[in-house]
Amino acid sequence: MVTKKKRIDQTGIEERCARFRTRSIKSLAKREGLNLILSMIDLTTLEGKDTPAKIRQLCYKAQHLHDAQPDLPTVAAVCVYPTFVPLAKDLLKNTEIKVASVATAFPSGQSSLAVKKLECQEVIGAGADEVDMVISRGKFLSGDYNYVYDEIAEIKNICGKARLKVILETGELGDLEAVALASRIAIEAGADFIKTSTGKIKPAATMEVTLVMLEVIKDWYLETGKMVGMKPAGGISNSKLALHYLIMLKETLGDSWLTNEWFRFGASSLANDVLKQILKQETGSYQSGNYFSID
Amino acid sequence: MAKKDKLWTLSPAPESQDHIQIRDAYGVFISGNFTKPGKDRFYSINPATEKKLSSITQASQKQIDSAVKAARKAYNSTWSKMAATERAKYLFRIARMIQERAREFAVIESLDGGKPIRESRDIDVPLAAAHFFYHAGWADKLKYAFPTKDPKPIGVVGQIIPWNFPLLMAAWKLAPALACGNTVVLKPAETTSLTALKLAELLQDAELPEGVVNIVTGDGQVGEAIVSHPDIDKIAFTGSTEVGKLIRKSTAGTGKRLTLELGGKAANIIFDDASIDQAVEGIVNGIYFNQGHVCCAGSRLFVQENVAKEVIKKLEQRIETLIVGDPLDKNTDVGAINSKSQLGTIREYVDGAKKEGLEFFESSSKLPSKGYWCKPTLFKDVAQSSRISREEIFGPVLAVQTFRTINEVIDKANNTPYGLSAGVWTDKGSKIFNLTSQMKAGVVWANTFNKFDPTSPFGGYKESGFGREGGLHGLSAYIKF
Repeated sequence: MVTKKKRIDQTGIEERCARFRTRSIKSLAKREGLNLILSMIDLTTLEGKDTPAKIRQLCYKAQHLHDAQPDLPTVAAVCVYPTFVPLAKDLLKNTEIKVASVATAFPSGQSSLAVKKLECQEVIGAGADEVDMVISRGKFLSGDYNYVYDEIAEIKNICGKARLKVILETGELGDLEAVALASRIAIEAGADFIKTSTGKIKPAATMEVTLVMLEVIKDWYLETGKMVGMKPAGGISNSKLALHYLIMLKETLGDSWLTNEWFRFGASSLANDVLKQILKQETGSYQSGNYFSID
Repeated sequence: MAKKDKLWTLSPAPESQDHIQIRDAYGVFISGNFTKPGKDRFYSINPATEKKLSSITQASQKQIDSAVKAARKAYNSTWSKMAATERAKYLFRIARMIQERAREFAVIESLDGGKPIRESRDIDVPLAAAHFFYHAGWADKLKYAFPTKDPKPIGVVGQIIPWNFPLLMAAWKLAPALACGNTVVLKPAETTSLTALKLAELLQDAELPEGVVNIVTGDGQVGEAIVSHPDIDKIAFTGSTEVGKLIRKSTAGTGKRLTLELGGKAANIIFDDASIDQAVEGIVNGIYFNQGHVCCAGSRLFVQENVAKEVIKKLEQRIETLIVGDPLDKNTDVGAINSKSQLGTIREYVDGAKKEGLEFFESSSKLPSKGYWCKPTLFKDVAQSSRISREEIFGPVLAVQTFRTINEVIDKANNTPYGLSAGVWTDKGSKIFNLTSQMKAGVVWANTFNKFDPTSPFGGYKESGFGREGGLHGLSAYIKF
């Protein structure tokens, strides 16, 4: 494993993020941005109380975000626990919506590599298009970077054509330089996407953490010419914040990343706020939350 | 997967101008009142559109005399006699009123000077208010600032300010002078008089005693008349080194006190152990802030040779994301060049360096057809002996040089007639202290750049001037013992 240590200045990162937030996103840019956000959402349910009925509702919502408004995109993917992959796959078979599944002892990652591999094989066998794995934070924090690297590489091997998203759980890593190091390890080990959080730990995604990860992706691109995707997850629940993430993406990595092939939002409640904003732009006034379904 | 069919770009987001009031013509401000606009007038131009904004009076010798007379009268009869706590109240009031009218000041500043509204709104105007707040606090505590001494005001002060931060420079000059009990004759720069004149209106509304601040507009002749006026006790000048030298000559032997804040050619130094992405951001802010019309701009970049390729590549990418255009658009990063003549100066340097065959990179953004514009530009592999690394360009032009060792870069950074500011980027604290203690520059920023605060003294070494503005040190420029 060859890993380049990247130095990060937290104050500088915070200043840059504050600057993104001063961008004024109006009229057409806002409308296009909101559509883009919808198309980048991984609609997620990851709860102990998930049932087949809940998954059915989620998959329906993924295809019918708000039928009252024509020409809306669908979300990029639904993200579910492994046992629901066959069901979700079946429900979404005639759509372009991907099925993503968490694997590798989500969310803690505290299990043996053998168990994690088996779990990954199962979701791949069930037809998952994307796998969201977690890294072993305990190993990372105790300095066993090789273990973290090897684990990701093994899971990547099993994934085959399915795209691998590697969750760093940045809220547990301590500081931004650790985030940069974990990002780098994940990318070198073969991650197709790097992802901030499981959504189970606070803080989840922040602009600061996301910016550091985008900068690591940029370094990799400058060195190798290879693109890696980014997925902030958890904590992004309103349109304005999501639009500022898009600004950050555009100004850090450029226009090529502005598609759901290379950027995703992991979120459960963001979609409805975006829909509310779109309807506001269409009609001139905010609609009651009761007009937007809460599946 | 959904493919994007076109690029996502920002829509125009112009700041509204409906709320501002600019008169068709302005007189000069003497003894608390505006005179009628004079016969001899010139236009203040919006550099982004070349449209006339207002016509400004060229102050006559007679008007300058009566401004000085009014200041002397106010000094003798009210301002120096007034209890310091009362003086402080006026300064607090001015500070609050600047905040209340912040939006109007910001829009006029951007209209008149070409700077992005983001900067005038977030930096110029709030900092101007902060300077009044800060110095208001000092007004009745000067004895604590200079223990064992008996601080007294100097008298009538002539202040001449530049066009790059018109309102902010007025605040830098006025606030400490007034706090210490002096009265003032102030001359704004010819191309950017409007916010100073709006400030005069504000001073009227604040009911500042008449004659305490007088504002005379016009070109260099007006400045000359102030400098050579026999009844002025102190001159404070911010502007070019060339004019600073003339003022130094002219005031020599007259007993006038003098502080000069002049040009600069700051070195911004990046070591290989720096946080490169944040350093790149700092370099961009260091040179392209306010179109590079900043005396402390980081116009010389020294980058350690082993990271030069990465730094330059990232700089180029960042330059491409800068939005150049309408200063009143809230998303604009780089606005218009302040005046036609300044654009000419910048072009001469840029064209000269291109003609010499220096490799360069410039933003590919399209410039508006009207107005005065210059793309953010950087020149690579510049030699220390090159004109663009020796002379102050005062525009969005960065000269990039490489270095190998810390001693080499210290020698090169100091190898300039200027000494106003410098920046250093490294993760290593000991390196910062080693370098800052050897830099001949008034301000050295570490892992940041262009940070200003009224509590922090600002000023230069060598041909960047003498005297400090801001902080405790700045007070002493307006006090005698």
